[in-house]
Amino acid sequence: MSTKSKSIETKTDFNQDERLKKVSKLRLLLNRPELGALGGAILVFIFFGIVAGDTGMFSAYGVLNFLDVSANLGIIAIAAAMLMIGGEFDLSIGSMIGFAGICIAIPAIYWGWPLWMSIIFAFSMAVLVGYFNGILVVRTGLPSFIVTLAMLFILRGATLAITRLITGRTQVPGLRVLIEDDPLAWIFATDTFKWVFTWLGSMNLIALRTDGTPLATGIPPSVIWFIALAIITTWILMKTRYGNWIFASGGDKNGANNVGVPVGRVKISLFIGTAVAATIFATIQVLDAGSADTMRGTLKELEAIAAAVVGGCLLTGGYGSAIGAAFGALIFGTVSMGIFYTDVDTDWFKVFLGAMMLIAVIFNNYIRRKVTESK
Amino acid sequence: MSDYLIQFNNISKFFGKVIALKDVTMKLKKGEIMCLLGDNGAGKSTLIKTLAGVHRPDEGEIIVEGKKTIFDSPKDALDMGIATVYQDLALVSLMSVTRNFFMGREPMKGPPFFKTFDIEKANKIAAERMGQIGIDVRDPSQAVGTMSGGERQCLAISRAIYFGAKVLVLDEPTSALGVHQASVVLKYIVKAASQGLAVILITHNVHHAYPVGNSFTVLNRGKSLGTYEKKDISREKLLSMMAGGEELNKLEVELREMNRSPAN
Repeated sequence: MSTKSKSIETKTDFNQDERLKKVSKLRLLLNRPELGALGGAILVFIFFGIVAGDTGMFSAYGVLNFLDVSANLGIIAIAAAMLMIGGEFDLSIGSMIGFAGICIAIPAIYWGWPLWMSIIFAFSMAVLVGYFNGILVVRTGLPSFIVTLAMLFILRGATLAITRLITGRTQVPGLRVLIEDDPLAWIFATDTFKWVFTWLGSMNLIALRTDGTPLATGIPPSVIWFIALAIITTWILMKTRYGNWIFASGGDKNGANNVGVPVGRVKISLFIGTAVAATIFATIQVLDAGSADTMRGTLKELEAIAAAVVGGCLLTGGYGSAIGAAFGALIFGTVSMGIFYTDVDTDWFKVFLGAMMLIAVIFNNYIRRKVTESK
Repeated sequence: MSDYLIQFNNISKFFGKVIALKDVTMKLKKGEIMCLLGDNGAGKSTLIKTLAGVHRPDEGEIIVEGKKTIFDSPKDALDMGIATVYQDLALVSLMSVTRNFFMGREPMKGPPFFKTFDIEKANKIAAERMGQIGIDVRDPSQAVGTMSGGERQCLAISRAIYFGAKVLVLDEPTSALGVHQASVVLKYIVKAASQGLAVILITHNVHHAYPVGNSFTVLNRGKSLGTYEKKDISREKLLSMMAGGEELNKLEVELREMNRSPAN
């Protein structure tokens, strides 16, 4: 290398360094996709802390209440976020929730299956539906938006038709008695850390019922599932080979294929993931309510996608985070419950949801430009 | 064992009635840079895809390190050490330098069934490799989108070399680059060859090819017009051998005529 070219290089390096130093801290932060959702969640808590701090929203009972709502949404939002990072959508999540619900209830109530077998049956159906979605998208190359929109109608219609055919109604009640002594159902139906709440109650630190038992009895199963899923998926994305393949498949399908990433298999597995998450959601809700409803989960797919977008996922794929989607779900859950504690009419919740999503998309778009612009 | 790392003997490829390649012969030694020149439609893309294992030749034979070989798939070619860097580079601009470098071939650590992507090791290797070619990656977790076109090209080449390429096939590596960036990439290509790789550089830019090439093969309408050592051919001759050469001469004459006519 000649001395002349060397001196030119050092000069440009110097310039770049100088330019980078000014923005490096900000850029480091901006590089994390979940930043917006984290900031949003903090703002939401500050807001309700001021407006509804003394209303019982932040009592043990109130906190568990909005955590439960957030966690339910979070379970499907995390799966939707993983799929979005992989470059695809699943609009059939909401319908899958309804379908999974009757897959548990009808065999258990009408065919006399043990509950655990019905639950396994529902999860098997979820894997099939997810696989079918995935293979259709991968094989045909059609946009997943269209394919899963079709599946949204097919699943919802089938749920309604099958349920009415077999039961003559659209709801299947009577599951609660089956939960006890079932070897599997407790995973989806048990409140945990009850002793903590009993102890807190005995110390008079949390609100009690008239009979002396605490109002909040334990951490609901949805919250445990939600936290576990957030940790596992974040670990997968950041620390495993499969995680790298998800980013690659969503970022540039052809490029990833050229260097040997099995893009098709990655995408199919992510579609199975959303269907399975929908089934986890359905199982928890069905066992909690003791009944399955054919309309359960309606519009949930859009809420899940909204939470994923607020959490930093780009609609074009290849960028986002699972923990961001978890924060997105926390924001929605907190606001949807918190609004009851304020004087604001609850009708305004949807306005908030939409506005939040718009802000997030504009913010994300700006981030993407920052991340990809050439120097 | 033959002197040549890779040999193409009388390769032909037909698509239906179209003759995409006819009797193309070329051979490369270790450390040699051969430039494949040709205008659009000369058959460059078909030849690249034959080299990369995407197409199977209809006639002729490919000999790699003295052994007659048939590539059934791009993976076959890759396993034989023939790495193709396409124009799109197979880089994801939203992903970090490290994650791109090891995309599809991530280093793993940990016990079986709990293996994780060894990101620290990957970061270290990526930064080291990029450092070797004079690109100072301050932070290997920065997105590839923040790199310049030349740096991206170098990253893609560096990745191919790291994963065991013996023959490097580069498809128009300088076509989208400015003068300075192109010279950075060309310098790196020469360096790679000096380490014992054989490089096939596909381009239509004689000015980029001539300074770095050891030999030149000119393609025109699917046929090879021959391979020339650098000492046997001048830049001007090469330029005129490409289909563009004649055309440019004609254009020059025409322009001269046009300039003359308004004066009259």
